[in-house]
Amino acid sequence: MKYLDEFNDPALARSLFEQIDAAATKPWAIMEVCGGQTHSIIRNGIDQLLTDRVELIHGPGCPVCVTPLEMIDRALAIAARPNVLFTSFGDMLRVPGSREDLFSVKAKGGDVRVVYSPLDAVNLAQEHPDKDVVFFGVGFETTAPANAMAVFQARERGLHNFSMLVSHVLVPPAIEALMTSPTSRVQGFLAAGHVCTVMGTRQYEPLAQQYRVPIVVTGFEPLDVLDGIRRCVLQLEAGRAEVENAYPRAVRAEGNLPAQEMLARVFETCDRQWRGIGMIPASGWRLAPEFAAFDAERRFDVGELTVCEPERCRAGDVLQGVLKPDQCECFGKECTPRTPMGATMVSSEGACAAYFQYRRLDPPVAVHRG
Amino acid sequence: MAEALTTPAVDVEGWSCPLPLRHQDRIVMGHGGGGQLSAELVQHLFLPAFGVAARTATPTDAHVLTLGNGVRLAFSTDTYVVRPLFFPGGNIGELAVYGTVNDLAMSGAQPLALSTGFVLEEGLEMDVLGRIATSMGAAALNAGVQLVTGDTKVVEHGHGDGVYINTAGIGLLPEGVDIRPERARPGDVVIVSGEIGLHGIAVLSLREGLEFGTELRSDTAPLNHLVAAMLAACADIHVLRDPTRGGLAASLCEIAETAQVGIEYDERSLPVPEAVRAACGFLGLDPIHVANEGKLVAFVAPDHADAVLAAMTATEVGSRATVIGRVVEEHAGVVVARTGLGSTRIVDRPLGEQLPRIC
Amino acid sequence: MCLGVPGKVLEIRSEQGTRMATVDFGGVTKTVCLAYVPEVQVGDYTIVHAGFAITQLDEASALETLQMFTDLGVLDELGGADDGVTGGAT
Repeated sequence: MKYLDEFNDPALARSLFEQIDAAATKPWAIMEVCGGQTHSIIRNGIDQLLTDRVELIHGPGCPVCVTPLEMIDRALAIAARPNVLFTSFGDMLRVPGSREDLFSVKAKGGDVRVVYSPLDAVNLAQEHPDKDVVFFGVGFETTAPANAMAVFQARERGLHNFSMLVSHVLVPPAIEALMTSPTSRVQGFLAAGHVCTVMGTRQYEPLAQQYRVPIVVTGFEPLDVLDGIRRCVLQLEAGRAEVENAYPRAVRAEGNLPAQEMLARVFETCDRQWRGIGMIPASGWRLAPEFAAFDAERRFDVGELTVCEPERCRAGDVLQGVLKPDQCECFGKECTPRTPMGATMVSSEGACAAYFQYRRLDPPVAVHRG
Repeated sequence: MAEALTTPAVDVEGWSCPLPLRHQDRIVMGHGGGGQLSAELVQHLFLPAFGVAARTATPTDAHVLTLGNGVRLAFSTDTYVVRPLFFPGGNIGELAVYGTVNDLAMSGAQPLALSTGFVLEEGLEMDVLGRIATSMGAAALNAGVQLVTGDTKVVEHGHGDGVYINTAGIGLLPEGVDIRPERARPGDVVIVSGEIGLHGIAVLSLREGLEFGTELRSDTAPLNHLVAAMLAACADIHVLRDPTRGGLAASLCEIAETAQVGIEYDERSLPVPEAVRAACGFLGLDPIHVANEGKLVAFVAPDHADAVLAAMTATEVGSRATVIGRVVEEHAGVVVARTGLGSTRIVDRPLGEQLPRIC
Repeated sequence: MCLGVPGKVLEIRSEQGTRMATVDFGGVTKTVCLAYVPEVQVGDYTIVHAGFAITQLDEASALETLQMFTDLGVLDELGGADDGVTGGAT
């Protein structure tokens, strides 16, 4: 595929690994806050082949993993209702709530359907006027424009049977929360490329300055990830702490303005619970009052929700980067992708699932670059 | 009726297996997906429930029955519930015929006869059923097998998805042929008969909520002629498997676990058509988890690998056959892939249904 | 939340008042919403996420980036490990 395959070239990757080897004269800890990057790193074995002097810490970049348990339980309660046609991205179907997941709701007769785009859900609402169509609108800023357009379109088309359960989360407040945590070891960040495609890079400048951390906007293919790491290491070695764009083919400083305009219309900022981390102020988006009629939280009264996390689950520590998945005592035993205890084991780029899926050999198989 | 009430329920608490199905008290779609959940349902529900009566069962392969005169028959069954009924490259009828033909071929047997069982939904158009049946006749002819007996039932409208087809088949095993997953051994060469991912992507392209345009067609095809050619080149092939649901990954994992050997392959040597990679790319799927319907993977002793490969590439169905890896002594039971970058990753079966993702 | 894939715009149309396109991803085509990329035209490459184009892909920039990676390797061979190439367009 054009503009993808070229960024997987093994010879160029080897060269970038060597550049990083040469640049890093002391140990550095760099965090990526993007599930897509976590997946790419583990799946391609970038951390396996990287010099020991650079440690990659996997941050809370998986929106599936951080969707609050209460919101999952709310989704499950709505999906179980008789006249509801519940739609969602595939990622959410196996996320465990307090007692079950969307798959088991479907098994009991709930109409739960996977869609590729939120617009597909709007089309379903148009095609099934007798049904209450609900879309589970989770995600970071990358997905928010799609979700916003779906709500906007529903209103334009005069649909009364469409609503969205919104649980958006924002990256900059998460970075702030991480940097103010006393246990943080993070010295540099790779910022999520497609989040910045939408929002631009300027939001990160105050963070870089205030916390003295380099923030490198990075893509997803192996060469992109390696280049992001390379630039971050060079900044750290030189004592710089700037926002740098290592993904210029898809990111501009100002971001996508039409998308930002729609976001400002359809959403408003709110406090958000991050599963496993806790409440981060002003770290989420919910539907603006103008679109209240499409808010599934208001439309469906699901009563009191008693949420209940497994006590021994350490997903929160993994999400904050203070624990590696294979250091958790439940990893690979009670907690596997088949029997997950927390969301980080369910989502395909939750760190725990990625580690389990790709790495659990002891002793590991020998690796060599390219 | 009274008998049904006195049939003992399966004793879930009394199982001694290490991972009982404690998270599910109902069947979910994933149980039919050919991945881990399917395997667990067989191991932890069906086999214990069947009890002693299933003592000799071979759940994932054709079963071999040895008759008094030493003649060996292979026996297999498969059920097709695919939606849509018609997809680029074929329909449910071809799948049902080739599915069982191929199950038999994977044990090295030449298929002789198939039965066909139909569960039809009230309201199904005759024309649709006619087209499916015609395809089945053509497929059977293509495979060189007879459709000898069958059954038809009709269920009420709303209870059947149009058509469900079960086929069961018997085949004859040539003397000296012993093809079973247990026979995989370190040093064996792993060969794939052609491009992977075609069937699953062709079917997925029509699925509601996903629809995408593609020229990809299902690779549905009979494999018995290919197997005959391979056996002519080398009678001692160790393992054959057709990677259907669950994809190549599921087949390799099953074989690695059953034989307790390690398998290593090079990702760069996998024959994946560009369009399959593209579709997997935007859906977030891995081609090794995508179903095939006209492909096989073979485990062959290194001395015979060249001869078998040559025999395969001389056939139409196996013209793109290629070596992808080896069986190793290390990491017994685990399949490992070497990436283009030189790193390694474990290869697992998909957990259940293949779901497109956006993360 | 980042699975965004580059594709080429083949054809643009209006559906229920929204600008939509058929985008080609290496042989597979999909209907994509172009509402957020009014500047994208037929023949352009775009990055698609959840059925929406979120940006035009800057092809010149992509080629420059690849060239930079190649140059880094060449400099390495010539013994120039301190390449000084650190800045990127912000």
